[in-house]
Amino acid sequence: MHLRIFGDPVVFQIGPIPITETMITSTVVSMVLLVLAVVLVNSVRTRPDHWISVIAFLVVETFDNMVKDIIGRRHAVVATLSASMFLFIAACNLAGQLPGVHPATGSLATTSALAAVVFLSVPIAGIQTNGLWNYIKHYFRPNPLLMPLHVISELSRTLALAVRLFGNVMSGHLVVGLLVALAGFLVPTPIMALDLLIGLLQAYIFAILSIVYIGAAISAGTE
Amino acid sequence: MTDQTIIAVVAMAGAALTMALGAIGAAIGESRIGAAAMDALARQPDEASSITRTLFVSLAMVESTAIFCLVIALILLFANPFTAVVGG
Repeated sequence: MHLRIFGDPVVFQIGPIPITETMITSTVVSMVLLVLAVVLVNSVRTRPDHWISVIAFLVVETFDNMVKDIIGRRHAVVATLSASMFLFIAACNLAGQLPGVHPATGSLATTSALAAVVFLSVPIAGIQTNGLWNYIKHYFRPNPLLMPLHVISELSRTLALAVRLFGNVMSGHLVVGLLVALAGFLVPTPIMALDLLIGLLQAYIFAILSIVYIGAAISAGTE
Repeated sequence: MTDQTIIAVVAMAGAALTMALGAIGAAIGESRIGAAAMDALARQPDEASSITRTLFVSLAMVESTAIFCLVIALILLFANPFTAVVGG
């Protein structure tokens, strides 16, 4: 049996760049999501009362409300970012259930990239809302002695974001693989159902946590 | 016993210990979160949506420590940096 945990097999090479399996799966997932988005936009423009448009409205409304609940006001950019995160991660996790597909989020490279996006958007949102000086000041807020702790917490939560998603998806996939090798047909089905649930839950948690982190940076200067 | 065997044995024992202790901590934490959330839901059923959201987020936070342990255990077992150096 072949266990795949940290490795990422190279499928082929374009010049000096190795194209790995994860890159292919994530690109395919992004393409599918893009096509879906185009279909939904078209449907909203032409037939706003069709059920496909209702789904599109529902998705946008849900994320708008989530951002409003957490940050306290509507914020289109944060809603867009978190919704993209949720849809991409959920699609990747669900794609992992297809036979022969290794989920793209089950690779530490993908999840680190997603966490890096959140890590970078936190100071961008904070500086844009509060100005550079106010944002830097919040690092020294209760006491200048706490500045290293602020920095460490920002770094460690980024690491936690990446490793949490990677660990959950990879371990779910691994357990299903082990059960298939040990027990065979139909036995791993309940675990696969649990995997579906965990995949959606982790995508939701990633989106929520990115909203919480960015929202904290946005409201940092107002205290 | 060669060095390689000792490293393998220690790595397996370390992985088992990591997973056991990590799972205990996360399980206690998650059970307390669940109990507190049920208490809050029983007191304020109207706040169900916000309680559930906070519940999931805090569960994920606590769960991540167990996941860290899992990743460390898997590194010890399958990507151990010392086996490659010594064993070759």
